[in-house]
Formats: sequence, C-alpha cells, structure tokens
Amino acid sequence: MAKFNLNINGTQREVDVDPSTPLLWVLRDHLNLVGAKYGCGIAQCGSCMVHLGDTATYSCMLPVSSVGNQKVTTIEGLSENGDHPVQQAWLEVDVPQCGYCQSGQIMAAAALLKQNPNPSDAEIEMAMNGNLCRCGTYVRIKEAIKKAAANS
Amino acid sequence: MTRIKTQYNRRSFLKVSAAAGGGMLIGFNWMMSCTRAEEKPAIAIPNEWFEINGYIKIGDTGMVTIYNPNPEIGQNVMTSMPMIVAEELDVPWDHVVVEQGMLDSDAFKNPQFAGGSLSIMLGWEPLRMAGAAGRRMLLEAAAKEWGVAVSDLSASQGIIKEVNGERSIGYGEIASKAVGIEIPEEVELKDPTTFTLIGTTQKNVVGKDIVTGKPLFGLDYQREGMKLAMIVQPPAFGMTPTGFNQEEIKGMNGVTDAFMIDTGIDSELFGNVSAFPKCIAIVGDTTWELMQAKKAVRAQWETVGALEDSRMHTERMEEVLRSGTPRDVRRDGDPEAAFARAAKVIERTYTSPFQAHNTMEPMNFFAHVTADGAELFGPTQTPNALRDLAALLLDMDKEKFSVGMTRMGGGFGRRLYTHFGLRAAAISKQAGVPVKLIYTREDDMANGVYRPAYASTYKAGLDENNNLIAFSVRGTGLPEGAIFPSRFPAGTVDNYLAENIMSETNISTGAWRAPRSHFTAGAEQSFLDEVAEAAGKDPIEFRLELFERAKNNPVGEEHDYDAERYAGVLKLVKEKAGWGTNTPGVFRGVAAYFCHNSYVAEVFDMVQEDGELKVQKVWCAVDCGIVINPDAAANMIQGGVVDGIGHAMYSQLTFENGVPQQQNFDRYQLIRHSQAPKEIEVFFVDSDVSPTGLGEPGLPPAAGAMASAMYKATGRRVYNIPFATDKPPLVG
Repeated sequence: MAKFNLNINGTQREVDVDPSTPLLWVLRDHLNLVGAKYGCGIAQCGSCMVHLGDTATYSCMLPVSSVGNQKVTTIEGLSENGDHPVQQAWLEVDVPQCGYCQSGQIMAAAALLKQNPNPSDAEIEMAMNGNLCRCGTYVRIKEAIKKAAANS
Repeated sequence: MTRIKTQYNRRSFLKVSAAAGGGMLIGFNWMMSCTRAEEKPAIAIPNEWFEINGYIKIGDTGMVTIYNPNPEIGQNVMTSMPMIVAEELDVPWDHVVVEQGMLDSDAFKNPQFAGGSLSIMLGWEPLRMAGAAGRRMLLEAAAKEWGVAVSDLSASQGIIKEVNGERSIGYGEIASKAVGIEIPEEVELKDPTTFTLIGTTQKNVVGKDIVTGKPLFGLDYQREGMKLAMIVQPPAFGMTPTGFNQEEIKGMNGVTDAFMIDTGIDSELFGNVSAFPKCIAIVGDTTWELMQAKKAVRAQWETVGALEDSRMHTERMEEVLRSGTPRDVRRDGDPEAAFARAAKVIERTYTSPFQAHNTMEPMNFFAHVTADGAELFGPTQTPNALRDLAALLLDMDKEKFSVGMTRMGGGFGRRLYTHFGLRAAAISKQAGVPVKLIYTREDDMANGVYRPAYASTYKAGLDENNNLIAFSVRGTGLPEGAIFPSRFPAGTVDNYLAENIMSETNISTGAWRAPRSHFTAGAEQSFLDEVAEAAGKDPIEFRLELFERAKNNPVGEEHDYDAERYAGVLKLVKEKAGWGTNTPGVFRGVAAYFCHNSYVAEVFDMVQEDGELKVQKVWCAVDCGIVINPDAAANMIQGGVVDGIGHAMYSQLTFENGVPQQQNFDRYQLIRHSQAPKEIEVFFVDSDVSPTGLGEPGLPPAAGAMASAMYKATGRRVYNIPFATDKPPLVG
C-alpha cells in the first residue's frame, strides 16, 4: 500500500492503495466515481476512458503510481452541469442504447475535438476506433461528434 | 374505443390502496430512478404522492411517476413502456418521471422480462389498461367530488373538465381522492387515431444520466457493508475443480474469504444453463485485490467430459448433415422428383462458428442472503426465472425474495440465463455478507452461453423457364439447427423440404439476439440472391413473385408469415433506395426477413475506399405495426444493422481442447467505428396493427444484404461467417 495524492476533476484526492492498482479501480472502488466503466481490462474497448491532461487515456491499464500530478478528468468532471458540447450533442442525437460504453465514447470524442475542432469522417473514425459499442450506435456517435463540432 | 378487462381484482386494489394510504411509494433508495423530479421544470415537485395502481403514482402538483416494469437492456423500454401508460392516462409527457419497477407480479400485469423482442408486444394491452384505469379512477373521484356523473366529465392532458360546465381540476388536486376508488374491472381504451404521445419522438428518459456517468448499471451498484466477489472457473469445457490453495488465497491482501461453490440445480426451468456448476469464489474488499488473488489461485481440475475443439465441431456438423436424422420436417409436394427434372440445380452450404454475447458490461450481480430472506439486485433479463431458480438453490420460499433490476450494459440474450445471479446468491450465503459478484471479461467470454455454431445446406431447382420448382434446406447446429420449417419460402414453392437436425456438444449455448434467425436470414437471403441471379431475375422482383404465390395460392396448409406485409417492406425499401438505378462504383445488396413478429427489408450500398470495402449507406424498411417512439425505434434498427454486419463479418469463438481461444477483445473481434456504415436510414410502414418488437428483427437481414453486396463488389460469394476471412469453417 502507498499513499497517492491525485488531481481528479480539479480536486486533490488522497488514496492509500497498492501502487499497481489501475486508475480505473481507484476511481471506481476508492473514490466512488463510477462513470468510467470496466469492459475488458486490457485497453481494447475504451469503456474506461478518462482524460490525462487533455489526452484520452485507457484508465484500466494505467497504474495509479504513474499518474503523478497530471490532471485527471472523468465523465463526472467533464462539465459541471452535464452541458459540455459533446454531452449536449449526445442528447440531441439521442445516441445511447444500453449506454454502458457512452461515457468512454464521450471522453474520447471530447479529447478529439479539443485537438481537432473540425475533424473529417476519417479522422473521427481513427480517433474513435479504440472505443467499442456493442449496441452499434456508431452512426449516431459520428453524427453527434459532427454536431458538437458545429455547435462549439 | 375498445373496452378491455383490466386484470385487476379486489386483492390488487386492496394492496395498492393500502400502500398508498401513507402517501409513500413502495420503493428503494438506490439511485436508479431516471428522470429525476428536480429535472422536470415543467411542474413543481410534489409534497405528497398517491399510488393509483402498480404502474402509476401521482403527486399533489400533478407530477406523475410511471414505473417501467421491464428490464432495460438498451431497447429503451424505460421510455417507451411509460409512454404507453401516459398516453392512456392522458398526461403531458413533461409532467412524467420514470422509475424502474421491482419484480412484482401484483403491481405489474405484463410479463417482466426482456427477451424475444416481446416487451412492447406483450405489454401493449396491460400498459394501456393501467393508464386507462388510472384515468378512469381520477374521473370517478372528480365526479364524486362534484356530485356529477363520469359521463359529464372529460379528461385530457392531466386536467379533468366538466363537459357542459365551468369547473376543472388537475390530476394532482384530485389524486388523493382517487386512491379510495376501486380499480375498475373494465376500461375504455383510446382509438389509436387519437393518440397524441404514441408515435411522437421522445428522448431517452435516462439520457442525461448516461452522458454524465451516473451510477445506473449493475457494476455500479453499491450497498453499505457490501463485499466484492470474483470467481475462478475451470479453464476448459469438460473440466471441474476439485480443490485449490484455499489457505494461501485467504491470506492475501484484501481477501476476506475463499471457497468453492456449487450452483448446479436439477431443474428444467428456463435460464438454468451453465457448463460449470462448480467454481472457486473469492470474497474481498476491492476489485484489483481480487484480480490479484484470482491470478494466485492454484486449482486442481478434473476432466469430467469431452474436451472439444473446433475441427471436431466442423466434422461433427458435416457428418450430421450427411447422415443425421431430422427432427422438425416440412415436406410439400415431391421435392426429390422435382429436383430430378429441374433444368438447373444450385446447392450451397453456409456455416457460422460459435459466437459470444459480449455485453459491454460483464456479468455481475448483487446478493444478500440471510436466514430470513434473499435480496437479489442487478442486471437480469429474467428476474422471475432468477428468483425461481435461486429459491430452488437456496431452498427458500419464493415469497422471501426481493428482486430488483439495474439498467444493463447490454443483454443480447446473455442475461436471460441466471448462473451469475445464482453464483452471487451462493457466495453471499456462504460468506454471510452482502456481495457483488463481478466477472472479468475473460470470465464472461470463456463461460458463455454462446450463439450455437451452424451449418445449413440449401438447394434450389429451376425449370427451363427459370421458375423455382423445388427448394430444400437441411440444417444442423451445435446443438440445434437454425431451420424454421414453415418460414419463407415455405408456402411459395410446390416442392419443398425443410429439415432440422440436432448435433451434440458440451459447449453451453443459448439465445443470442434473434436466435437462429441471426444465421438463417443471412444464409437463406444470400442463397436466394444467387438463385435469382441464376434465374436471370432481379432479386427483389424474384422475391415479390414468390410472395404473390403465397398470397394467392399458397402451398401447404400454413406458413409463418404474412406475405402482404413481407412484400410491403421490400416494396418500401425498393422505393426509398431507388432500387434499379446503377451508380458506377456502388455495389448493392438486398435482403428481407421476418422474425419476432416484425418485418424488415434492407438495401446496402457498398463502395471501395482505400482498397477496402465499406458500407456507404443502408436503407431499412420496417413493419412492426404501430411505432411507439419513432427515433428510438430507428436507433434499435440501426444498432441491429451494425450488430448484424459485425457478427457476419468479424466475430468467432473457436475451441482447442475445450478451451475458448478468444477470451478478450484482443482476439475476439467486434465491429468498430471505421467498419460501420456511414449512414443508415430507417422507414416504418404506416400501420394501425398492434405493435411488435424491434430489439431483434433489424439484425438478421444485415448478413444477407452484406453478402450480396460483397458479391457485387468482388464477384465472389461468401458462405462462411466471419465473411472477412470466409475460410473453411471452424478450423480454429
């Protein structure tokens, strides 16, 4: 066990955990932030995505010991009132079916638009290919990303 | 108007009004209600709530709570089922909040399960009845209050008015008086042409919670004092554990207990499926510590059955197709003689490997079992079956169970089965604590209840004028074949033979989104495409001719489809896609299928992009009767198309010595963003027929349309799923 002082959604949070614990389980089991989901544990499905600084990152394989003082943003901290342009676009297009992968999809999309405010279809596909949606909402996700780009 | 019996009896009236007497809802605290009261700016938050019937609670301000009775797996019943109640209750939708109901057959008159695309179809009348009964009770309360007859009053949009008078009163103001009114035994339902809510697009009521990451799913479920649990299963089908390094595991950091459990139940009840009745359970404090403990388990395994592999599976199905004894057979005319005299005979065999459900949320369940009762809470498509089987497992009276449903991160049939819930119950009982059992992805994929592997041989005979004079199909699978003997083209061909043959396997299989149809539609529809080509006919015209035969002069005593509606979706998709126009570089495929009581036709446009084949656009025509929530319904069909493409193109589960060779998404391929169609347009047939399901019917035709479009693009037909490799089947 070791103590880590993490910057999560703009707040310093201290946890006492095994240093090998992935950030995902620190968020879910220790900080009661369950927006990031467990889907595969091997960085293949993207359900666990959070932002490390401005970069979309798989939290399921990121040991807490390597987070350091980088800013972590989870879906709970993406916006104060759930009104980030990407979240709004998701609601406008009514993207979700089961919804389980969507917080990861939203975090990936928000990071993409921060780096590339007006992505092409191919750029969206490339950026989003690490996020699986088993319900098959890909067409709506793309539509929502374009809508968010247009709205912001 | 239609008058129907409400299914309410004196007993349910008494129970409901007793609960309502205190102005309290029968409830639970975990935050899974979706549209939360504070997010309804259209109306003030009530001080007091009144239970009208099991589905409806009305607040003193007029805010209405409607309970969704059924499990939510992403089919959006959380929105559509309450919409049906709200329509008949006649309240503004922005006055409604929705909460998830518990398993409760007294409160809910429709069957509480998510399967067979049946929620809306079986819920249609009970939900309308519940709304209409509530409306009637409010009217009666107002009539009593004002000393007039119910016939002097009208109710609309949450307000009761005197037809020939000045007085009016809101539902919220009269709700307390309605609590004392007996639930009517018979009510009048609206004429569907007067619907104001059904048929309008309403957003997913849980949308905001989903996009803000609220705890909704089983894996998010928490309870005070709850421990976590994980399991170690045998590495191969055909193996069982006999022991493990129990003391060492119990001594690990964060582990509070470790033991073996046995959830084998000798019962034929639906949902009792697991190849692995025995497994090792570890209980502890955090997921990561339990994952480490799992890795440290050294178990002794005993081989108790065959260790099967994919080559064996292929050979077995080939052998059964050659010489097996058919179980379900349909025979019209004399197919053998007709094939003998046919000018052309086409014969093709189609195959598909085992496939896993792979819900994005792995299996999990909460259980708290004590001597006094059992509480089970989590993602289940069949809360009833889980309760009944858990009662057998724990030898406990069913009345002592409380069963709740969380939102599910996908179902696809996997959560029709109950083993994960039963395991949670067994672990809680043994450990003596409330536990949430969590599967890793590998646990989930390697102990599935898989989509069976299939092989079907289709044969068609054309006469010299290219008329289809003989048709046969012979199918098997592990363990069941995918043939529906009386489905299309039964009824359209004079000489017809369909045979379904069982094979054996110890790999556990079960319902996977659109069971059997998921495979048969692709095989049959791409075969018909090939037959139409051999006959020199347009594939849509070829099918429409067959439907004419089924309408005017059907072969045999019966068939399982309505030829008019079937032809209707083909005609609609033909019109919408502009079928018959040829664009250079665009390759088109078409397919149509009827299953789960709904009809879907799809046209795919495929293009070459950067040397790869891509689906540029899909048109879907759907006949599911009345559409409740059109945009959400379109979402279901779009998802079905993407899922259908994915599992036709990329996915397979193979075995070596009983061990699944794909246990996570690094080796098991699911469709990704760049492989999905660019655009999917969905058109619904205007209909006043009672609604049928949409969770499944969008998927099956996709494989057929995909195969035919691929043929147009490449000149080569595909017969073996996954099409992306189209290798000889199941060689692992």
